[in-house]
Amino acid sequence: MKRSMTRWAALVTVAALAAASAGTAAGKGSTRTSATARGASGGTLITLANAAPAGSPDPQVNYTLQEWQFLIITHDGLVGFAHSGGKLGTTIVPDLATTVPKPTDDGKTWTFTLRSGIKFSNGQTLTGKDVKATFERLFKIGDSPNAGAWYNAIEGGDACVKTPKTCDLSKGIVVKGNKVTFHLAVADPEFLDQLALPFAFILPANTPAHNLNIPPAGTGPYKWVEYAPNKEMKIVRNPYFHVWSKLAQPAGVPDTIVQKFGLSVESEVTQVEQNQADFIANSDQIPADRLNELSTKYPKLVHIETLTATFYFAFNTRIPPFNNLKARQAVNFATDRNALVKIYGGPKLNTPTCQVLPPGFPGYKPYCPYTIHPGTKWTAPDLTKARALVAASGTKGMVVKVNTDTTDADKALGTYFVGLLNSLGYKARPQFLSNSIQYAFIQNSKNKVPFAFSDWYQDYPAASDFLNILLGCGSFHPASNASPNIAEFCNKPIQAEMDHAETVGARSPSEANRIWAQVDHQVTDQAPWVAMFNPRQLNLVSSRVKDFTWSPQWYLLLDQVSIT
Amino acid sequence: MAEFAYEPGDEAGPAPGESVQEVSGKSPWRLAGRRLARNRLALAALTLFVLIVVVSVGAPVYAHDIAHTHPFATNLEATTVIGGKRVAVIQQGGGALGIGEIPIGPTWHANYFIGADEQGRDVMARVLYGGRSSLEIGVGSALLCSGIASVLALLAGFFGRVVDAVLSRLMDLIWAFPVYLLAISLATVLLTLEHPFVDPASLWIPTIIIAFVYVPYVYRPVRGQVLSVREKEFVEAAVGLGASNVRLMFGEILPNVLPTVIVMLPLMIATTILTESALSFLSIGVQPPNASWGTIIDDGQDLLYTRPWVAIAPGIMIVLTVLSLNVLGDGVRDALDPRAKLRLKG
Repeated sequence: MKRSMTRWAALVTVAALAAASAGTAAGKGSTRTSATARGASGGTLITLANAAPAGSPDPQVNYTLQEWQFLIITHDGLVGFAHSGGKLGTTIVPDLATTVPKPTDDGKTWTFTLRSGIKFSNGQTLTGKDVKATFERLFKIGDSPNAGAWYNAIEGGDACVKTPKTCDLSKGIVVKGNKVTFHLAVADPEFLDQLALPFAFILPANTPAHNLNIPPAGTGPYKWVEYAPNKEMKIVRNPYFHVWSKLAQPAGVPDTIVQKFGLSVESEVTQVEQNQADFIANSDQIPADRLNELSTKYPKLVHIETLTATFYFAFNTRIPPFNNLKARQAVNFATDRNALVKIYGGPKLNTPTCQVLPPGFPGYKPYCPYTIHPGTKWTAPDLTKARALVAASGTKGMVVKVNTDTTDADKALGTYFVGLLNSLGYKARPQFLSNSIQYAFIQNSKNKVPFAFSDWYQDYPAASDFLNILLGCGSFHPASNASPNIAEFCNKPIQAEMDHAETVGARSPSEANRIWAQVDHQVTDQAPWVAMFNPRQLNLVSSRVKDFTWSPQWYLLLDQVSIT
Repeated sequence: MAEFAYEPGDEAGPAPGESVQEVSGKSPWRLAGRRLARNRLALAALTLFVLIVVVSVGAPVYAHDIAHTHPFATNLEATTVIGGKRVAVIQQGGGALGIGEIPIGPTWHANYFIGADEQGRDVMARVLYGGRSSLEIGVGSALLCSGIASVLALLAGFFGRVVDAVLSRLMDLIWAFPVYLLAISLATVLLTLEHPFVDPASLWIPTIIIAFVYVPYVYRPVRGQVLSVREKEFVEAAVGLGASNVRLMFGEILPNVLPTVIVMLPLMIATTILTESALSFLSIGVQPPNASWGTIIDDGQDLLYTRPWVAIAPGIMIVLTVLSLNVLGDGVRDALDPRAKLRLKG
């Protein structure tokens, strides 16, 4: 997903990614590192965000981490990512189901056994009918972003995509007592990951099949009581909740969690410093001019956590000058990644990179050919080589538009590249577009953007979530605003490797990850991007906050925070 | 939004405090020059404006020979010598976490006199270069606007009937759009346009856009003046002598409405400089790496807590420029048309 996570439309198109790879491998062998010595439960956790989560509040439509951080404690899926910090947080664990099943029928059949005695926050008891109805609603609602990309793997799913209103998954989801069996049209090794995301969280069967203005009843420890986009969203304890799995869904600590909207991020920082609020939503970027103040005056309020994300500039590989490999490699060699890191807050908050996959991700193997001493780590730009490559490419003097959004730091990145490209002999011009349109604009091949800023955060820990979504042939959709392969990159041999990795992933995640590592390096050699850096997340919390638990999947676990 | 309104005086004559004897027999231009020379406030404003123009024009000299810097090049990894010590232009944040890279602050030395921006560029040099852009666009668009509006007003006022109706409705149409909304729309379209004749980096784009959106504001008072002058006896006399339409418009009427245009010009320049700054602040005016006062304020927005001078310095320059032009405009009005009303609205 994109950093702002308002651009969910990108993934609507990624239908080709049904099969995949390493899935849950990242969590294996990890240990639980969630908070210890919890403070007293109760109180109200006050969080702040500049704006309400983008898009519909409906849990089957919304595609923002901002809302997901609330949805994961108001709702449950059949399985979920462990509600824990550390690597364990990327592990799939049983939630409403009693166990994580092994697939049968060559990976096409998954049978779950529902736990008994679980109630929704409206008092209704959870049954298998709710599960089937939830997935039918996911199609009936019409605009669930990944209905046609992920969940159409369920038998009957494709027909539901074509005619949502009459969606019938009777063949794809068979309910017998407390057994729910999913029949897939094609094997999908990432099926469990997709079931663990909020789109697949189970709703009562009688939930209306249209966009709701507030998430409906769920089974989690909290329930929604307010969703006012111009004011706040609020959840309170669900009286019907009981703990059935501490690892999947533990009891929450605060009684109430509220997120207030409308302040500038500068004001949010001041409020948290002064204990008037407790946490700033991760969608809001802490202003660069406040970082030193936080470091010198409030270091105890700051938590810096590793992210699985990559910030990059994508070349358009189909139009001059960057349809020329040497030109793309030249810019990669010339880029001073340390300078870019400085723009984004410095080396404590970002690590330079040359490749697509972020560190610690399945399939990641460090690789950097675009530095003065090629190897595993970026050290310094190689301007001599860059200039030689530009000369050899014959692209000198060509016009290049450098496109970014209007966020201050992103504009600064664009300004840096305008200067760099001019110094390499191009005629570079900036093209700064409003945050609300930039991502859609750069995806559309009709706009012929030669060089554009973007970023990508994991949806779930699988290499295909970066490589195939962002650089797979199937992710390029000509003349569409929803074409996440911004580079328009399609290399047939590399695509064959990706397809092979996805096939292998169904039986051997570790073998698949080895292939994905090769793919990552091969893609890097083709230079469809200037991969710049992998960011870390700076979290600012008030001094009232205890028990900061950081999940690599869901970031700060709001329900595990205690307020003193 | 500040707009200006100009209501010309009904008749020429002595200014308040002047006797009829003082003005009789003297040309209007000579009288205006004498009145302006007596207005100390206006002269001070003129001096200030000229000073701003001179330092802005001298920006390359400052950057090259005094600050020894390239105002448009990124210097994120650069160092500079201050008081004999070599220091980084972008300094790593301090404190326990060491986060937040901070540009060097005011050194009060020739290099980085008021510090660096977040690209490590010398802010003082950029403010002077920014002045060149802002003044070029401000003066250029005001002149262009006044020229176009005057010609259209002459055509409408002189020919009347259909020509007047068409041009006046067209002006009403442009007037109906909020100035900034229209300017933003035009700028967005032109900056994203793929055309060999449209260079987004050119200062002509903001110049033309700003000139266009203000045409009705000059057109209206000038047209009113043309309608009035057209009925004067000397015009009728020229008609009687067989003067052509072109001769009547540009030889008889234009010289008599020119004072109206000149009176409005300083305030027009002030208004267009403010508009340019607003557009550049919104990233749709002057495009990087070029600088204008608006773009530098935009750059400084992200450094308000740590390096406020990046935003304050161009802000001061805008205030001083607009103030000097407003005071000068009042002085020019008092000199050329002492009975006119010229004021800022909004």
